[in-house]
Amino acid sequence: MRKKILSVALCVAMAATALVGCGSKDDTSSDSDSSKGSSSDKSADASSGKVYFLNFKPEISDAYETLMKAFTEETGIEAKVVTAAANQYETTLKVEMAKSDAPTLFTVNGPVGYNTWKDYCADMSDTEFYDMLLDKDSVIAEGDGVYGIPLMQETYGLICNKKIFAKYFELDGIADTGCSSIEDINTFEKLKAVVEDMQAHKDDLEINGVFSEATVGSGEDWRMTNHLFCLPLYYEYKDRGISDAEELEFSYNEQYKNIFDLYINNATVPKADAGQGKVDDSMVEFAKGQAAIAQNGTWAWGQITGTDGNIIEEDDIYYMPIYIGAEGEEKQGLCTGTENFVCINSTASEEDQAASAEFLKWLYTSETGTKFVTENYGVAGFEGFDNSAAADANPLVKLAIEDAENPDTYTITWVTTTTPSQVWKDELGDNLKKYAEGSIEWDKLVSDATAKWASEKAAASEE
Amino acid sequence: MNNKTLKKYFPIFVLPTLIAFIIAFVIPFFMGIYLSFCKFTTITDAEWVGVKNYIYIFKQDEVFFMAMKRTVKFTILSVIIINLGAFALALLLTKKLHGTNIFRTIFFMPNLIGGIVLGYIWKETLDTITRKLFGYAFTYSGKNYGFWGLLVVVTWQLMGYMMIIYIAGIQNIPEDVVEAARIDGATPAQILFKITIPLVMPSITICLFLTMSNSFKLYDQNYALNGNSKDTRLLALDIYETIFGGNSSTYSEGRGQAKAVIFFLIVALITFVQLRLTRSKEVES
Repeated sequence: MRKKILSVALCVAMAATALVGCGSKDDTSSDSDSSKGSSSDKSADASSGKVYFLNFKPEISDAYETLMKAFTEETGIEAKVVTAAANQYETTLKVEMAKSDAPTLFTVNGPVGYNTWKDYCADMSDTEFYDMLLDKDSVIAEGDGVYGIPLMQETYGLICNKKIFAKYFELDGIADTGCSSIEDINTFEKLKAVVEDMQAHKDDLEINGVFSEATVGSGEDWRMTNHLFCLPLYYEYKDRGISDAEELEFSYNEQYKNIFDLYINNATVPKADAGQGKVDDSMVEFAKGQAAIAQNGTWAWGQITGTDGNIIEEDDIYYMPIYIGAEGEEKQGLCTGTENFVCINSTASEEDQAASAEFLKWLYTSETGTKFVTENYGVAGFEGFDNSAAADANPLVKLAIEDAENPDTYTITWVTTTTPSQVWKDELGDNLKKYAEGSIEWDKLVSDATAKWASEKAAASEE
Repeated sequence: MNNKTLKKYFPIFVLPTLIAFIIAFVIPFFMGIYLSFCKFTTITDAEWVGVKNYIYIFKQDEVFFMAMKRTVKFTILSVIIINLGAFALALLLTKKLHGTNIFRTIFFMPNLIGGIVLGYIWKETLDTITRKLFGYAFTYSGKNYGFWGLLVVVTWQLMGYMMIIYIAGIQNIPEDVVEAARIDGATPAQILFKITIPLVMPSITICLFLTMSNSFKLYDQNYALNGNSKDTRLLALDIYETIFGGNSSTYSEGRGQAKAVIFFLIVALITFVQLRLTRSKEVES
């Protein structure tokens, strides 16, 4: 009998531990809730805090490991990094944030991501890291608070192979397009004329198509739904004099259609296959010289040079703005901005928050940190941060900086960070694919996009 | 005496499993139900909102009901095709023919490969086939190839497994019963319907249960073959996409959770009814 009591007691004790385990987890989270708001209290001692960074770039996870070790060695602050798998950042963040040892630093993709995570974002306006930021308008702000700071600047446009264009302009019997070199192309009209004539001469040019695949299949459509869509949205916002909208007019949908048509009608693959390939395939086509133009950004240089059989050299690159036929686009430049805003977790302890702010400062000021940023992020806009090393390593970065510094052109900012949600972008991508395949009309795409925009924007603010 | 000892130590033997079961199943299960009535970003910051999530799903979520319709259609088709096919194969491979063992192995093999890998390989294969036969890519939006392709893959994968269960059932039928029927002049059809099928009823129960719950809960093949497109989503994938697919609403996690609860109720109900029905038809030889 006694043994039975013993075993029952054991049973209860163990079950109780399990329950206590859960209970204490709740305690920590409510404890830290109370510390919210007092995030960047400078009195907190950074050296006793810990840094836990949730990394959004799986391709450079090893570099992060080394970086964190170096940070601990140089400053004595404990630091670790966890890397989310490709396309799994939100999933991983949701799981990690629920743990008692939650990330102290994480990234959101602009105002939309901030909306999901705002209960976890600390005000960073008192941090030295924010003081160092050059463009104070580029942050995610609400009221007087600064809740997300851009880690880098990235630039996209039409990456062109100059050699193929040069070859084209030397051909006999080409149409009169009003252009005699690639630099002459400065409007959609000219781009269209040159591209269509190049497509007609594709055998002479030994290419499969002027544009590499548009890749509007699911998960691969971000170049069209996020990047290309930025242009019609930018001009719409400009016309309306706003920076965000509850309702999308899609007044530049005709231009969006024109440029997308140009891509898919003059591509390496038939129009109906626009939804088949992957972005990687698209870049391989460009690297191998099978296509003359690929729409992509500064980050793509590594992909191009890393391709087996790459024939592209640094001097072959021409970075053309994406012309869609908007008024005054002769002066349009490339699209520069970022989607990666770093946030400090407001539910972390004050020491951890201070340590995290310290880490960010160190990242952009120390030798080890800046080297990492240059190699992995590219361009960044912080006081005392030198971008020339990044430009030397990556011709796309170099051209992007030249473009940004050119007083004759204006830069397209990444207004697509204001699109309502990933679901909205997915639907647009799906419809682009259907349009390319011919199973829906363009009007349907436009009406779906405006309707979904309104419903997703409304859903974001519902209480 | 023996019984008494067993009783005495019962809690100790049961304890490890019980704890594992509580941690890995009971707690998450009840937490899940609780969360379906909440608005939350991470599972620790849940805020009670009542039945709001459920109301939204029943009133506004068309995608969920499209997915449900598709899932029901898929389940019905796959249960019929898989079980008829598996049973026919089992009958064939229990005849005393040469090479039955090799064929059993071959039919069983698709089970040994994981769903997601299989999905990607089949996607390429089906793409080539649809292009050759119909001139369209497998993922072409105007056609419903995704659905039928999924059916082909799942049938191919599950049929071998069900076949093994049916073979075991058929081999358990006493030889003398069949022989007696044959001497009495029963036709092969009579033997099949009056003897074989009633006697393999336990196998049928198991197979129906497995195919039904597997098709209903199908996720990885669906994702690998069709991606996250709204036009081809089954229920499980829709639940995942609701939570992690990037909805702007701060309620999306709770809504996904509510969908999961509805999903659980449906699966539980269907399998319960099915088990009851087929169990009642089981006979002893």
